[in-house]
Amino acid sequence: MAEFTLPKNSVIQPGKEFAAPEGATNLKRVEVYRWEPDTGENPKVDVYNIDLDKCGPMVLDAIIKIKDEVDTTLSFRRSCREGICGSCAMNINGKNTLACTKAIGDIKGAIKIYPLPHMSVVKDLVPDMTHFYAQYASIKPWLETTTAAPQDSERLQSKEDRAKLDGLYECILCACCSTSCPSYWWNSDRYLGPAILLQAYRWIIDSRDENTGERLDELEDPFKLYRCHTIMNCTDTCPKGLNPAKAIAEIKKLIVERQ
Amino acid sequence: MSLQTPLAKAQGLGSAKQGSHHWWAQRVTAVALVPLTIWLAFSIALIPEASYENVLAWFSSTWNATLAISFLIATFYHAALGMQIVYEDYIHKECAKVTMVVGTQLAMALLAIGSVVAVLKLAVGG
Repeated sequence: MAEFTLPKNSVIQPGKEFAAPEGATNLKRVEVYRWEPDTGENPKVDVYNIDLDKCGPMVLDAIIKIKDEVDTTLSFRRSCREGICGSCAMNINGKNTLACTKAIGDIKGAIKIYPLPHMSVVKDLVPDMTHFYAQYASIKPWLETTTAAPQDSERLQSKEDRAKLDGLYECILCACCSTSCPSYWWNSDRYLGPAILLQAYRWIIDSRDENTGERLDELEDPFKLYRCHTIMNCTDTCPKGLNPAKAIAEIKKLIVERQ
Repeated sequence: MSLQTPLAKAQGLGSAKQGSHHWWAQRVTAVALVPLTIWLAFSIALIPEASYENVLAWFSSTWNATLAISFLIATFYHAALGMQIVYEDYIHKECAKVTMVVGTQLAMALLAIGSVVAVLKLAVGG
């Protein structure tokens, strides 16, 4: 059966609390999930009290400040700090989002930070993305053609056909949507999940691609595609404002349309 | 421990190349059940008194019997399709999953056939 409670070794326990710096007046309480694989201990939630007067505006700024000034053992991924690389995807106050585009000012009370849900944790806020990336590779995210490329020019695409990729090409594969999806939690071994299906649709409707039929064949499967039950968590949580649920619905419609 | 590559694990046994019929049939039966359920509820509520004679008279109408049988077939088919999805979502032991899916399909088929026979018996004055 699907597991609805945490296994014993995943139950979260209270951790350390780091005191506020002296003289700070604008304090914010930050609770962060911590797990260190080498100790064999259960995960803990450490509490950091930080001075917002000496911190940047985003949640990622707070996390970097903690690592720089308070606790260097904290592990997390980050790179671009402007919502384009997808590295700092994590669960902040119950919602998957990018730490770099989530403003501290939008959060009332304590900031609560956990890794992306239902993923194997490598350490602290770093989830294991291996299977997610392998699923992405499995949908062949590149242009597949039989016709040779024109000799002296690129493969052309009309403005209307190019417009069909809007709302899809912006996906940064941060996995916020897939890890917010209950269907992906229970069946990620076989269900591709919203992020990968949105990417699959991006290649299905690309007017330059010549492998549309095979792409649909590969997706027509009770688990790969049809585990989507239109729960809509994906669209609700996408930090880029995209609509993976609609892309999945479009794939389902195309499969019916060709019958 | 498995030494399979991540891509081999992600690809698994490949695409079943079916599933659209199940998905479409579930939606078609759902849409069909909207008017059928409303009709059934109002039609039965409008029987003046639920005496045996009145109910028998209701079922002996060709329209009522036809729509009642349509309702029963759509309901049990829709239930079998929907329950299968629930089992596939939550049961991860293959043997238990197949047992539940097939068991439910047989039970729903039996219920559908039994209830259709019952309506027919009433309709033709059995």
